[in-house]
Amino acid sequence: MSPPGSRPAHPRDTIARGPALAAPVSVDAAATGGAAGRPREPLPTTTPANQEATAAAPAAGIKARVQDFSFYYGPFQAVKNVSIGFAERAVTALIGPSGCGKTTLLRCFNRMHDLYPDTRYEGKIVLNPSGINIVDRRISPIEMRMRISMVFQKPNPFPKSIFENVAYGLRLRGVRSRRELADRVETALKGAALWGEVSDRLRKPAFALSGGQQQRLCIARALAVEPEIVLFDEPTSALDPIATSKIEELIHELRSRVTIIIVTHNMQQAARVSDFTAFMYLGEMVEVGRTDMMFQNPARPLTEQYISGRFG
Amino acid sequence: MNAISQQPGIASNAAVRASAAPVRQRSAIAGAMEKLIEFGLLLAALFSVAITAGIVFVLVSEAAPFFRTVPIGEFLTARLWTPLFAEPRYGIMPLLAGTLMTTGIALAVAMPVGTILAIWLSEFAPARVREIVKPVLEMLSAVPTVVFGYFAVMSVTPLLQKIDSDIPAFNMLSAGLVMGVMIVPYISSLSEDAMRSVPMLLREGSYAMGAGRLKTAIRVVFPAALSGIGAAYTLAVARAVGETMIVAIAAGQQPSLTVNPLDSAATITAFIVQVSLGDLPHGTIGYKSIFAAGFTLFVLTLGFNLVGAWLRRRFRQAY
Ligand SMILES: Nc1ncnc2c1ncn2[C@@H]1O[C@H](COP(=O)(O)OP(=O)(O)OP(=O)(O)O)[C@@H](O)[C@H]1O
Ligand SMILES: [Mg+2]
Repeated sequence: MSPPGSRPAHPRDTIARGPALAAPVSVDAAATGGAAGRPREPLPTTTPANQEATAAAPAAGIKARVQDFSFYYGPFQAVKNVSIGFAERAVTALIGPSGCGKTTLLRCFNRMHDLYPDTRYEGKIVLNPSGINIVDRRISPIEMRMRISMVFQKPNPFPKSIFENVAYGLRLRGVRSRRELADRVETALKGAALWGEVSDRLRKPAFALSGGQQQRLCIARALAVEPEIVLFDEPTSALDPIATSKIEELIHELRSRVTIIIVTHNMQQAARVSDFTAFMYLGEMVEVGRTDMMFQNPARPLTEQYISGRFG
Repeated sequence: MNAISQQPGIASNAAVRASAAPVRQRSAIAGAMEKLIEFGLLLAALFSVAITAGIVFVLVSEAAPFFRTVPIGEFLTARLWTPLFAEPRYGIMPLLAGTLMTTGIALAVAMPVGTILAIWLSEFAPARVREIVKPVLEMLSAVPTVVFGYFAVMSVTPLLQKIDSDIPAFNMLSAGLVMGVMIVPYISSLSEDAMRSVPMLLREGSYAMGAGRLKTAIRVVFPAALSGIGAAYTLAVARAVGETMIVAIAAGQQPSLTVNPLDSAATITAFIVQVSLGDLPHGTIGYKSIFAAGFTLFVLTLGFNLVGAWLRRRFRQAY
């Protein structure tokens, strides 16, 4: 492990965990991805790491580009020199065995780590089209959180009414008009497929909802502010199969409107909801590609082993 | 993969069930011991219930003869409390007013200060600062109340008199303010515990929406902890209503029905301690008036507690 504060001069020297990792693959998930979310032409499934050139592909379809990015908890490097592009208005799934750094990477996008002491970002996450570096400490984390929403592993509604939960972000952004609040709350609840179930009890406490409804409420809350990216961290891991399938459907529908990054432990889920999949292992990005291709024909043995359930 | 992660749970459940039987047989002594401990705990619980019941019984049985002499209507409506005068009057209102006024002043100080302190301690203060400030604050409540009482008379009242020289040497404002300071740690400490036990996940939800620390503290953490904070307030009210020494020393001991906090007045507790210190013959109506006053105090505190419990249930959050 490299000492804290210094990025290893030769990234590969630090990898000694198996041949499969000898060359981490890093490509754009949607080098030629269409703006509508579906790639218009077949993508190369995966590319070897040394083809960094692909990262310079037209930025049009890339919403966020992670570049030579590392993240540290104190001395511990949880994300190791990752480069990957996230396709605009598409769903990208982050998969990998427990502890490989999926959550850690996801929480870099909305600077969640800033809440805790002794954390460090290194490298860049460029948000297009503005081109700002999300993890630049000079940029306020609040600004990034205003633009990038997050849905957590466990539903975490606020101790407020259903309406106020969804209006929370709007109020923070200075929306005052009752009419506008009501309209946007309704739109968000409809967008989260929850309106029908709660329209007659908007003033009731959110805690009275079921777990699945609470999670959809959290999705509505995240959508209400019209974010550029929505981050999902295993959003269904605390839910039953029916609630899960509702949320999967929802994510699938949302993809035409917003860029989505979803961490999941569930391979079937990744296959069902995502356009692109990124496989992480021990903090490194092993392989990135179109979900269908990656599941049928992974480029790396490690990916193949993980997908087929031989470890993790 | 889900199936794999569930297996350990199933396996360990089975293991627990399998091992349960031998454990139960293992020794009769352990079983008896358990019974004994259970019995001891029951006894302790019964003991505290018995003491409470005893207090209520004494209060009621001593106050009942009082109310046979003094009609309850007069007790509640008469505007004078002079049980020891040649021509005694038994209106609880002046004492009640004194109690409510000093309590009100104390809470007006302690609730905002205690709550703000709690928010600061829980959401803003660095851990190291909190670890020093909290115990120091809690030490405040270990100071004997006599000391607070004399502090009110010797320091706070002169200070008030600097602002307005007409203020009497004994007044409810001074007593109430000092009592408020005494109560601050009750509110800050318990409220801080309540807010710190709000799960981080809830705070993260708020931060993720773009809220800053202050908004998260006020709009999410505070309401989530409301039930615990309500408990802190209830305790503070009970403490203020029952406080004796500070008011007896600093507020004066003349019952007077007044709404001016700068007047001197007696509270229920101040009256009780004043009269108990004299040598009233047992069985006289003056002696019994102590219990009538005490019973009123009991009802008052009980009332506040019931309201507090109701509020807590109303705002209980399940997270
Ligand atoms: N707050 C923290 N401080 C120090 N190390 C941490 C912290 N959080 C996570 N880690 C470490 O960072 C690595 C990545 O953790 P992370 O939570 O990102 O994994 P994950 O891929 O999301 O796993 P899972 O699938 O179990 O959620 C792990 O080795 C973990 O132990
Ligand atoms: Mg995780």
